[in-house]
Amino acid sequence: MTFGQEAEILARIQFAFTVSFHFLFPAFSIGTASYLAVLNGLWLWKRDHAYLKLFEYWKTIFAVTFGMGVVSGIVMSYQFGTNWSVFSERAGAVIGPLMGYEVLTAFFLEAGFLGIALFGRKRVGDTLHMFAVLMVAVGTLISATWITSANSWMHTPAGFDIAADGSFVPVDWWAIIFNPSFPYRLTHTVLAAFLTTAFAVGAVGAWHLLKDRENRQARIMFSMAMWMAALVTPVQIFVGDLHGLNTLEHQPAKIAAMEGHYETHTDGAPLILFGIPDDEAETTHFALEIPKLGSLILTHELDGEIKGLKEWAREDRPPALIPFITFRIMVGLGFLMLATGLWSLWARWRGNFYTNTWLHRAALIMGPSGFVAVLAGWYTTEVGRQPYTVYGLMRTSESLSPVDAPAVGASLLAFIIVYFIVFGAGVFYLLRLMRRPPIFEEDHELDKGPHRASGINPGPAQEEPIRSGGASAN
Amino acid sequence: MPIDLPTIWAGIIAFSVLAYVVLDGFDLGVGILFPFFPERHDRDVMTNSIAPVWDGNETWLVLGGGGLMAVFPLAYATIMPALYMPIIVMLLGLIFRGVAFEFRWRTHRGSKYWDTGFWIGSTLAAFMQGIALGALVEGIDIADRRYVGGWWDWLTPFTLLTGFAVVVGYALLGATWLNLKTIGDIQQRARRRAMLSGVLLLVLIGAVSLWSPFINQVYFERWFGWPTMVFSALMPLLIGGCAFALWHGLTTDKHLQPFLAALGLFVLSFAGLGISFYPYIVPGSLTIAEAAAPDSSLMFLLVGAVILVPIILAYTGYAYWVFRGKIDPEEGYH
Ligand code: HDD
Ligand code: HEM
Ligand code: HEM
Repeated sequence: MTFGQEAEILARIQFAFTVSFHFLFPAFSIGTASYLAVLNGLWLWKRDHAYLKLFEYWKTIFAVTFGMGVVSGIVMSYQFGTNWSVFSERAGAVIGPLMGYEVLTAFFLEAGFLGIALFGRKRVGDTLHMFAVLMVAVGTLISATWITSANSWMHTPAGFDIAADGSFVPVDWWAIIFNPSFPYRLTHTVLAAFLTTAFAVGAVGAWHLLKDRENRQARIMFSMAMWMAALVTPVQIFVGDLHGLNTLEHQPAKIAAMEGHYETHTDGAPLILFGIPDDEAETTHFALEIPKLGSLILTHELDGEIKGLKEWAREDRPPALIPFITFRIMVGLGFLMLATGLWSLWARWRGNFYTNTWLHRAALIMGPSGFVAVLAGWYTTEVGRQPYTVYGLMRTSESLSPVDAPAVGASLLAFIIVYFIVFGAGVFYLLRLMRRPPIFEEDHELDKGPHRASGINPGPAQEEPIRSGGASAN
Repeated sequence: MPIDLPTIWAGIIAFSVLAYVVLDGFDLGVGILFPFFPERHDRDVMTNSIAPVWDGNETWLVLGGGGLMAVFPLAYATIMPALYMPIIVMLLGLIFRGVAFEFRWRTHRGSKYWDTGFWIGSTLAAFMQGIALGALVEGIDIADRRYVGGWWDWLTPFTLLTGFAVVVGYALLGATWLNLKTIGDIQQRARRRAMLSGVLLLVLIGAVSLWSPFINQVYFERWFGWPTMVFSALMPLLIGGCAFALWHGLTTDKHLQPFLAALGLFVLSFAGLGISFYPYIVPGSLTIAEAAAPDSSLMFLLVGAVILVPIILAYTGYAYWVFRGKIDPEEGYH
């Protein structure tokens, strides 16, 4: 079961596969946790039942997403040992404590208060329940902070010495945590999570508005989501630009790959809009260029120097094709998000925000955009770091565990099968939950869950008899 | 006297592994018992009894694993490749049991599949944890800071025995937990399962204890040499005490006592392992001191652990308190 591949490439595929799945869930649950806190806060403040209904509606969706985030995350924390043991041995003293703090400050916090946030409102009362909801939201943000710090350190290592046996010894923890790319990566990633949630919520709202434009709950969620889209997307683009400048400073080879430049440009680099980078031929085919714009964006000068990949020896270069493509996907989606946000503002101003079906359709299509952009962004970052795990210091090929290719291949296959079954079903259930109209009248059988047996809706809570065979999907 | 950071950390890691075993042990145990409770309604009550706490319980596993990487990177980097298959299968098992809590409510037709997944996932995870334990006791081949054995080395008669013992042990924890949290018919049946698994577990503990001294000379000397022999002599007495408390509690309709007695059995067995292992972290090949990360890492994380672990214990305790008492099968919480 090696698929004719070496252990290294199989291990990389396995890591990329499992972490991609893992990251999709947190990207959504980080945003949803904060959204729930806002909804619950609004309910307590305004005592408007619409917010309570929305809270209950998104709570179920959150619970399903969160469960998948947890189980896929546990896989990640063991993968460093199973597949990247040499990396763990040499960098564990630096990366490990950061993840240790993540467990101590974030995972326990989320897990400890999750039960109360989901099932405990009646038991602890409104105030403590609100506190629990907040703790879950804060926990997801703390978690994002530590893990992006650990990841950033691998891109821009700082604050360490190298011991005689080649392992990294931490010297200055402050410098390790706040390594040069961390502030940018953290901001960009958290905003990405918020945007992902905003567009997912917006799409659900739009879907229900298309079916029933009078639905008050659908109106509220659509409006909240579009405010987020309109306000946060420009910030994200600004932060992304800063992030790129930071990368140019610390990882110029990655920028060269993202931009598809093989030659160094001293008198102003063009911006390559589209093309196909070819590492063998060391050129970007079919390049569609705008002169000087590349330098303008990256150095904020028309004639700024941009290094090309040929500055580095072949074995030290990242592969260019993937970062080049994924970067364009991310940026393209960023601008589509911006357009959606601006359109929503325009529609508000024109007064047809809740009735403009074209806007609603656009928002529906943009629903998955955050997930795609997030993955595209991570692929840019991670593939652009190659061929290193710790940038410039430790190669991916040196990081691998002494495991046999068949073991890695077999486990990869098992992961693929299990993930597609389990998370495939999970996504299906999520979509089905999102298809329920956010209304009071009907107390849906599938609304129930662990400890959610009795309806708490203020409306006439009619118990629907259990119908056979997935009838609830209507 | 300078403080011995590696030993302190070995203690913390051991604590978090123990916390994991006893806490996640009972909720995996509930899953292991699923085939004995085929009714959907019973299964609802059973999963509801653990739904609010399982995530916190499982987090101790992340602390154990993540902590090992942080403070004993060399142990982490050699144990994980050695136990490659058991770990991966355990993770896959945990995936099925983790999602089942939510998924089983999201579908009518499919819920029985997720219930089966819950059962198999829990059982596999428990079995693999037992195998991993047995393989550690048997020792793993390390040379030049690398694991040098093959990828099937973990499969031996002894590891199969420890795997089975952990499944039975968790089933006991799960059954006594249900005895504590449920009423009526479910409780009755759980009690019978507890008696059965209790007896079986004692036999298995005996078998493992008699077998392990012959695996490694060190264990033999540890258990039959002076002064640790005192403890070896005491051990059967303590185990016997717990066994009596368990039996007595189950036959006289006590609700909390059997659960505590089952926890006692686990704590004692764990202490026994500690006696065998110390000062090694991987018996025979790596000592605690050899595997430790530099002091700067140990100290940095220790500050957090000293402050945060008590806080974690406090709010975890609070969460258990909020959901205390019997599960009301009719109303659910609200
Ligand atoms: C930017 C956010 C982010 C990123 C990049 C990662 N995670 Fe994650 N992780 C979270 C954000 C998060 C979260 C939002 O905090 C989760 C989702 C559900 C949860 O319980 O917390 C989580 C869960 C989660 C869990 C389960 C915790 C529990 O039992 O409650 C583990 C062990 C990990 N993660 C470990 C990792 C590892 C080893 C990663 C890197 C390879 C990683 N995560 C990337
Ligand atoms: C959660 C979002 C993440 C995604 C989507 C992601 C994506 C990827 C991808 C696609 C690869 C394969 C690169 C290649 O082989 O060309 C990779 C490798 C890797 N990443 Fe990440 N990554 C994420 C987070 C992290 C974090 C937070 C860490 C560290 C704490 C990390 C550490 C690694 C390591 C060790 C490898 C394997 C070695 C390598 O191929 O570089 N990743 N990741
Ligand atoms: C259009 C404007 C955007 C620009 C200029 C931009 C810029 C960048 C750059 C340069 C990187 C690579 C950082 C590195 O070299 O390591 C990056 C990574 C990333 N981007 Fe974007 N981005 C934009 C929009 C978005 C959007 C809309 C999302 C998601 C909703 C997103 C999500 C991510 C993520 C998750 C990463 C990987 C994590 C990181 O390195 O921060 N980006 N972005």
